[in-house]
Amino acid sequence: MFTPSVTHPIGDFVRKLVPDAMGYVTPYLPQSVLEYIPAANSVVAFLINAVICIIAVCIVAIGNAPILIYMERKVCAHVQCRLGPMRLGWHGTIQTIADVLKMLFKEVYAPKGADKFIFYLAPMVVLIAPFLVLTLIPFDKNMVIANVPVGIPFIIAVNGFGILGILLGGWSSNNKYSLLGSLRSGAQMISYEISFAMILLFVVMVSGETNLLSITQGQEGTILDWWIFKIPVLGFIAFVLFFISSTAELNRAPFDIAEAEQELTGGYHTEYNGTAFAMFYLAEYINLVTTSSLATTCFLGGFYPPLIGVEAVDSVLMMVPGFVWFFAKVYFMIWCYMMVRWTFVRPRVDQLMDFEWKFLLPVNLVLLGLGGAYIVLFG
Amino acid sequence: MINKGNLPPGFKIERSESNSEEFFINMGPQHPSTHGALRLALRMDGETIVEMVPHFGYIHRGIEKQAENMNYLQYILLSDRQDYLTAIQNNLGVCLAYEKALNIGVPERAEYIRVILQELGRVASHMVFFACFGGDLGGQTCLLYGFKEREMVHDIIEEVTGSRLTTNFFRPGGSTFDVPDTFIPRVKAFIKHMDKTMKDYERFLSKNIIVLERTKGIGILSKEDAIAYGCTGPMLRGSGVKYDVRKNDPYSIYDQFDFDVPVTYNGDTYDRYTIRIAEIHESLKILKQAVEKFPEGPWRAKEKPVRLPAGRYYSAIETAKGLYATYVVAASGDKPYRIHTRGPSFANLAPLNKMVQGQKISDLVAILATIDPVIPEIDR
Amino acid sequence: MKKKNMTVSRYFKRYLKRCVTGPVSLVMGLSVTLKYFFNPKRIVTEQYPENKKTLKMHPRYRGRLEMIEDAEGNNKCTACGMCEKACPNASINVLATKNIAGKKVLGRYEYHFGSCTQCGLCVEACPFGAIRMSQAFEVATTDPTSLDMILNKKEGQG
Repeated sequence: MFTPSVTHPIGDFVRKLVPDAMGYVTPYLPQSVLEYIPAANSVVAFLINAVICIIAVCIVAIGNAPILIYMERKVCAHVQCRLGPMRLGWHGTIQTIADVLKMLFKEVYAPKGADKFIFYLAPMVVLIAPFLVLTLIPFDKNMVIANVPVGIPFIIAVNGFGILGILLGGWSSNNKYSLLGSLRSGAQMISYEISFAMILLFVVMVSGETNLLSITQGQEGTILDWWIFKIPVLGFIAFVLFFISSTAELNRAPFDIAEAEQELTGGYHTEYNGTAFAMFYLAEYINLVTTSSLATTCFLGGFYPPLIGVEAVDSVLMMVPGFVWFFAKVYFMIWCYMMVRWTFVRPRVDQLMDFEWKFLLPVNLVLLGLGGAYIVLFG
Repeated sequence: MINKGNLPPGFKIERSESNSEEFFINMGPQHPSTHGALRLALRMDGETIVEMVPHFGYIHRGIEKQAENMNYLQYILLSDRQDYLTAIQNNLGVCLAYEKALNIGVPERAEYIRVILQELGRVASHMVFFACFGGDLGGQTCLLYGFKEREMVHDIIEEVTGSRLTTNFFRPGGSTFDVPDTFIPRVKAFIKHMDKTMKDYERFLSKNIIVLERTKGIGILSKEDAIAYGCTGPMLRGSGVKYDVRKNDPYSIYDQFDFDVPVTYNGDTYDRYTIRIAEIHESLKILKQAVEKFPEGPWRAKEKPVRLPAGRYYSAIETAKGLYATYVVAASGDKPYRIHTRGPSFANLAPLNKMVQGQKISDLVAILATIDPVIPEIDR
Repeated sequence: MKKKNMTVSRYFKRYLKRCVTGPVSLVMGLSVTLKYFFNPKRIVTEQYPENKKTLKMHPRYRGRLEMIEDAEGNNKCTACGMCEKACPNASINVLATKNIAGKKVLGRYEYHFGSCTQCGLCVEACPFGAIRMSQAFEVATTDPTSLDMILNKKEGQG
């Protein structure tokens, strides 16, 4: 079992704070209560910790989403020779907040004949997976919420929730386009989860760890110690494959056949509006953060600065705190996802499946084999 | 799930096996990729299309009937409102029919103005095709890229004609205005710009593996079918028929220019795409020649007639979409007795059912994009 | 599309070839978007209300119809009615009147902007050069009655 705890600074502070605070209270408590104090101490510490963790996750998740939406708009606009939002605030910075407010004030309603319970349940289910994954990510040496020993298997397991929400939402909408979209998405995400998991297992194999913090700590050193470069060629191939399969996992273009605006007018979220739609939207962007974080943790050295082995430069780079490096890498990954999204056209459903089962999976298996061989020969 | 009471006429949901059922999807008139108010009734087996029936007429305005209550010049502006992407070409199509009737000549400068504007219009229309094709395949960036160049053409056209879309420019015997002095330099600059950007755009889409996978072997239209359905333009040439009105029945001064008619023989979606890209290059070739030889002189014939001698007159031109023909029946008076327009999009849409059968719904979108229909011209 | 007569080795060769050409083509596509992304000069967006001062329509731009008037507000219209005839959708009513000398002159030049398609046929038809298309492009209004307007301030010259 794991206890939710923000390790070191905040966690320790809380753990110290609670007994201290109790010290002020104990003289006024009756003897019968005092007997339970040690147990109560840990429970209170646990609860306070949990609240802090929940707030932290919400800040990371909900705080990032508007920035990402703004970034997506700007990246997309500049790729397309446009300016993007320019009106509200400096260069349209408040635009996303205004849009979020607009969405929150909209009336939420289900279409005629929809299964109302499932219809409203689906957007909430969609949000489960990204929030759970976010708790496992080590943002800095001391900033990991749940330092789970079996981090990567847990992530693989939890990711399945995402499909569930989309399937439920599409099915309950009483719209044939939604139904087609959700079925496509189900087939797609279940297939791509395999290669997604396999790439993560490749990382587990070469690093010998399943804990995300340990995986990151295994990459300490110069830029060449990151898993993407540490194993020549194989690491980079694994990174590219991870990029492809995670794009499919994220349901982002070019693998956005579930939404497929031009074909299915929006796919599974055709019938959603207002807050319910905002939740799908939010889930998409939190997923983006979590997947980029995973890529950063597993391949790009997590919170370690990109040291290049030159003393003068490295000492400067070391001065920047770890979480800044982490988010810099995450945002670089997100930028890559966005560039890909706004460049490529969408493959067809059957081609997408072909690509997974006939190309990505065999290549993954070969990669796993080669990784094993590498470990045996050089590791 | 399926509301069986609302099926369109002629549709029957068939139950082939006990655990599978065909279902009906209504695509349009409010669908992002039907290019306007076109409704496609689809009988689907999962993602595969069994049958497709197009329904149109949502924006029928009775243009041909309106023409009977207008005089001849006034009909030219209605031709703008048919195929709005090739408005300037439609103008010429109508004017050519009038010129045939009136038997008036056109000064050389006016002919050059016509050719340059025609080819600019063709480039603009094909850029919209490029944009919509990329957009319908899912690449939103393509949509903006295509429209960017198209707007440049429309800037030039606006400067010359006074309007971006509804040009209403050509008149029997010439055009409304002479071109301004800045026209030729601007066209030259545009040709230079296009040569550069087309390289980028072809690199962007033409060899992209996903596009190749999506389009090759999809929506095959055989040569026989293309002729039988009366397809024209890139649809016909994509299926291997080398027919271009500019070559086969030259109008204006197209016989003085050196250009090729690109033909491909597979008749699939990718071929229709490459044909259009090749046509942009051919148009630029014509533009280069026309700009070099652009003469001085009068830009409109002296006659400014208002009525046609009684008779029947027919003229056909090659717009970006295909053969655009005008058939005028003139009686006494300054109003036509009847004007009929043969638009390319209407005939090009006809083989759609044959092309999409057995394909996926995503392919339908791609195929429809390469037909490049303009719905106001179909509905008229 | 799979062809039936394809042998295993050919299929395999094609597969390998695509494994090479596919990524190359994708990178080529990405190079275009990157080129556009890192080149702010290519941005074509115009910031409309901000650039209002520099925004100029072309001289031939067909906005709303207006009457050419000199400094005193006199126009050249003779109320011949050619524009009225040329108009395809009856947006123009030329109402003639008689001046003191008993000559037919323009009384009111009614113009219904609501039904006008801005085709410019009236300007073309006018034999005296009395009307033109203005440069106004912000012609949207919330008040439909403002669309029916009288163009002349004074009676015509006759």
